[in-house]
Amino acid sequence: MAANYGWGRRIAYQAAALLAAVALGWFLARNTAANLEASRIASGFGFLAREAGFEIGESAFLRYSASDTYLDALAVGLANTLAVSLIGIALATVLGAAIGLGRLSRNFLLRSLGAAYVEFLRNVPLLVQLFFWYAVIAEGLPHPREALEPLPGVFLSNRGIFFPTFSSSPALEGFNFAGGAALTPEFAALLIGLATYTAAFIAEIVRAGVLAIERGQWEAAYAIGLTRRQALAHVALPQALRVIVPPATSQFLNLTKNSSLAVAIGYPDLVSVANTTINQTGQAIEGIAIIMAVYLTISLSISALMNWYNARVMRR
Amino acid sequence: MKRLMLLLAVLSAAPALAQSTLEAVRSKGFVQCGVNTGLAGFSQPDSKGVWRGIDVDVCRAVAAAVFGDSAKVRYTPLTAQQRFTALQSGEVDILSRNTTWTITRDTGLGLNFVGVNYYDGQGFMVPRKLNVKSAKQLGGATICVQPGTTTELNLADYFRANNMKFKPVVIEKLEEVLNAYFAGRCDVFTTDVSGLVSVRGSRAPKPDDHVILPEVISKEPLGPAVRHGDDRWFDVVKWSLFAMLEAEEMKLSSKNIDQASSSKDPAVQRFIGASGDVGKMLGLDNRWAFNIVKQVGNYAESFDANLKPLGFERGLNRLWTQGGIMYAPPIR
Repeated sequence: MAANYGWGRRIAYQAAALLAAVALGWFLARNTAANLEASRIASGFGFLAREAGFEIGESAFLRYSASDTYLDALAVGLANTLAVSLIGIALATVLGAAIGLGRLSRNFLLRSLGAAYVEFLRNVPLLVQLFFWYAVIAEGLPHPREALEPLPGVFLSNRGIFFPTFSSSPALEGFNFAGGAALTPEFAALLIGLATYTAAFIAEIVRAGVLAIERGQWEAAYAIGLTRRQALAHVALPQALRVIVPPATSQFLNLTKNSSLAVAIGYPDLVSVANTTINQTGQAIEGIAIIMAVYLTISLSISALMNWYNARVMRR
Repeated sequence: MKRLMLLLAVLSAAPALAQSTLEAVRSKGFVQCGVNTGLAGFSQPDSKGVWRGIDVDVCRAVAAAVFGDSAKVRYTPLTAQQRFTALQSGEVDILSRNTTWTITRDTGLGLNFVGVNYYDGQGFMVPRKLNVKSAKQLGGATICVQPGTTTELNLADYFRANNMKFKPVVIEKLEEVLNAYFAGRCDVFTTDVSGLVSVRGSRAPKPDDHVILPEVISKEPLGPAVRHGDDRWFDVVKWSLFAMLEAEEMKLSSKNIDQASSSKDPAVQRFIGASGDVGKMLGLDNRWAFNIVKQVGNYAESFDANLKPLGFERGLNRLWTQGGIMYAPPIR
């Protein structure tokens, strides 16, 4: 029957569907505003300019104090999310590629270790793994006053890992170390958890990518005198990337979105800060809208970047 | 999830909110009460899974007033962050979860606080071995705190006012934040003093290893709240709480209320519903207050059963006739 629909009729149906969607959206928005008004719940984005009044435990890149605005607080949350996601993606890629190639190795031990890693890591829920890492750091390491010093100037304690920078080095001062640079237990646990978990999936993607190369390609490479390693680097991997990049993109997106599990172990990521904001201001709809918009933007950016990269790989 | 519920609730048609809470509660046959996920003395399930605490008793009192049966309550354990959305969205009828009454919450969140069932203030707990004697010595400390609380804001205010710095570790679940404190991730745990006493008595591996510092840095009047805009229900919950206080003042308890019908005191006669019609004015059975005292007890009984064993002092929470500030308007 569909084939009988004329051009005008198709346009009419689509216009009607569009109209219905717009009308539904308008109805929902109006109804929401009316309900919020009726139950005297504040609305609007005016709260972003108000003083936040709460402290945030750590801030990647940005300076923040309790006298700054909610917008500043959310920016700190975003920076923290981006920091843990980007470093996590880099670590997961390196680790995942190494394990994926390890599983293809002719060395029995390497192959089985890789298989065990993948099966164990990807079959335990990420949240449980995060609690595990957090417990290892917060409960397994000593108090700052009895901190371990594995390398000169580097201190391990349940307050995190402190290491010297060019300008200053950490020293015990009052309750904690001051000076130098630090990785907090929350950041470290989240980063390790996200990177090791995602690496298990990336390892499988890399393995699948390499196995997707026809045997003829390997034989041709050997025939012109390449070693196995050379064949992998110059013949197999460049072709495997076409298979690897699209699913790896999904994993990068997953890692970024999974970083919102930070809430559970107290890392102040975007969701954590936005939750506090929602609770202090009562403006859940605005807060959730901000979270959704930000994650959508991050995810679309990663997708765009990876699509561009994929297009480049395909051209070769 | 709770947030999604709110979204759905505010997106749904307006008439859904128009039905009065009292009617809705009557027709479903129980009061849905939002309580803490587990704070000993306030709301926590006992070894048999029965919820106990002074916040739980407010819910039971409302059920006794509405149904004549204090058991007709269902509990929704809520974290600090979930609590307001749960009430706003209609998931619970009462929020009775050691919640501080502030102007922002009263105006901006669409809630009405019905009164105060515990006068509290914020304090600090530290491990004894740190040898800290005053909150003024806490500059540079790492402090465990739950998010979305007045605690989090008072903490930042106090350190700003005293020109000290601190590092917060903000974890939503009480269990997790306590694990972090007891594991030594933080130097300090801060919440309302009642919460500190409760946690030290019920969760600390060795209660004596922890001290509560003398400074109380804020006023925290804790009380139940209902949704804004339903005055009928607001009245029912408010007067259920007052009835418990009034009963203590009249020396009526669950033990002696049965003999009250022979009392000559007209105020007692009004209270138990033998004369007058205050119950009907609330839209309830005239024996509403009798049922509360008979089944739940007066405020002192609730306090003594739930808080005293944990080492709480009555303090500010004594009746006004005994030097405290607990005061119920007259029931007449």
